[in-house]
Amino acid sequence: MTQAPFPPIAMLAELTHRCPLQCPYCSNPIDLLKADREMETERWLDVFEQVAAMGVLQVHLSGGEPTLRRDLEQFVSTLSQTGVYTNLITAGVGLAGIRLEALASAGLDHVQVSFQGANAETTARIGRHSGAHAQKLAAARHARALGLALTINAPIHRHNIAEIPDYIDLALSLGAERLEIANVQYAGWALLNRRYLLPDGASIEHQVATVEAARARLVGVLEIDFVVADHFATYPKPCMGGWGRDAFVIAPDGLVLPCHAAMTIPSLRFERFGSRPLADIWRDSPAFNAFRGTDWMLEPCRSCERRDVDWGGCRCQALALAGDAAAADPVCVRSPLHARMAMLLEETLPPSDARTGGDLIPPFAFRRIGRT
Amino acid sequence: MTADRRRGIVSAQSRPRLAPYVRLRFDPVRNAWAVLAPERVLWPDAIGLDILRRCDGKTSISAIVRELACEYDGQGQEIDADVGAFLQEWADRLLVRL
Repeated sequence: MTQAPFPPIAMLAELTHRCPLQCPYCSNPIDLLKADREMETERWLDVFEQVAAMGVLQVHLSGGEPTLRRDLEQFVSTLSQTGVYTNLITAGVGLAGIRLEALASAGLDHVQVSFQGANAETTARIGRHSGAHAQKLAAARHARALGLALTINAPIHRHNIAEIPDYIDLALSLGAERLEIANVQYAGWALLNRRYLLPDGASIEHQVATVEAARARLVGVLEIDFVVADHFATYPKPCMGGWGRDAFVIAPDGLVLPCHAAMTIPSLRFERFGSRPLADIWRDSPAFNAFRGTDWMLEPCRSCERRDVDWGGCRCQALALAGDAAAADPVCVRSPLHARMAMLLEETLPPSDARTGGDLIPPFAFRRIGRT
Repeated sequence: MTADRRRGIVSAQSRPRLAPYVRLRFDPVRNAWAVLAPERVLWPDAIGLDILRRCDGKTSISAIVRELACEYDGQGQEIDADVGAFLQEWADRLLVRL
């Protein structure tokens, strides 16, 4: 890097890895941390004071399930007092009622409730929690009643891709401002379960058409944020909006990460919160500078006119699929390894007569702590 | 509840206001005004900022246009079209309510 980076705009705080659900595509690492590895209240409060001073304007309070932290209200309150916008990313289980009221009083701005399915049966089957759906509905309704911004998060894979129209109806019936239709990113648990999760190309095409039609129909009524299935894409996603560019992550134990999956890149060494000021870690840490900007790029990225549009795509995916974290993300049509994506899809997908979700529970490796 | 929310359409009588979950704040680190919204940070330019500051739910769009025409010494018609297009866009993104 020849010049100092701009200050970060957003931070994702993974407050805990504990969660009442066991989704087989969880974005947390496979090696989940137990409660005794989580940072204490004072440490997190120090994090939030430092990020506000650094220029962070949005904090995403996530996990695991962030509401399992009893000190969450204190975090929201501290952030709110410094003018930082707070987003709660929650499964919504056990949230409706006095807990959500307390969070709203503390200054919470926005609640994102995940729905594993658009109906109770799918939600129970994917999250492995039988009463979850009703609790999510209650949490979403209560968030609306309290005047909080509401987003419905829909993580999409083979077993719920047919429910897109139902998700749209669900978001409308709940009065949500936003619906996030996000195809699962195949890292961590989702990579482990990829052969049971990946939808086929025809379902993806149908999904794109459904989302585009709904977006046009619902202008000014519902905003639909659409994260495409990058295994089927032409160009890669600009992971994190560029490595070390706008945002970063702090893991439950205080590791400061450029993205939530960055630990899958074994050549990088990450610093822990408290070793030195957070602003110094952001600016100087070798892990943040490894893929910051465009100087690190190899061809075809280096001379590509899209180099500061998609920033080379996902570094973790480049390592996983191309064997080199500095390579172009093989999702990109310009990657010399792009042809392998088609082979991978062919190998991964079951025969066409078995591609629908079906009612059977596939042999998922369900997320749980201490699996490995 | 807003389950039956409809798209708001700009008219001279609309009295726009920021959506309740949208905040306009000054960022001392970047020395600029920022709009904070769900999953979004926007940086309005000087004219955008002048419009957004008047979105108080009381001032009509025609009054906003009159005030800005004075301030910018501009043509009323041109400003009318610009303000209308700006507010329609922000309303369509659910950031402003008409």
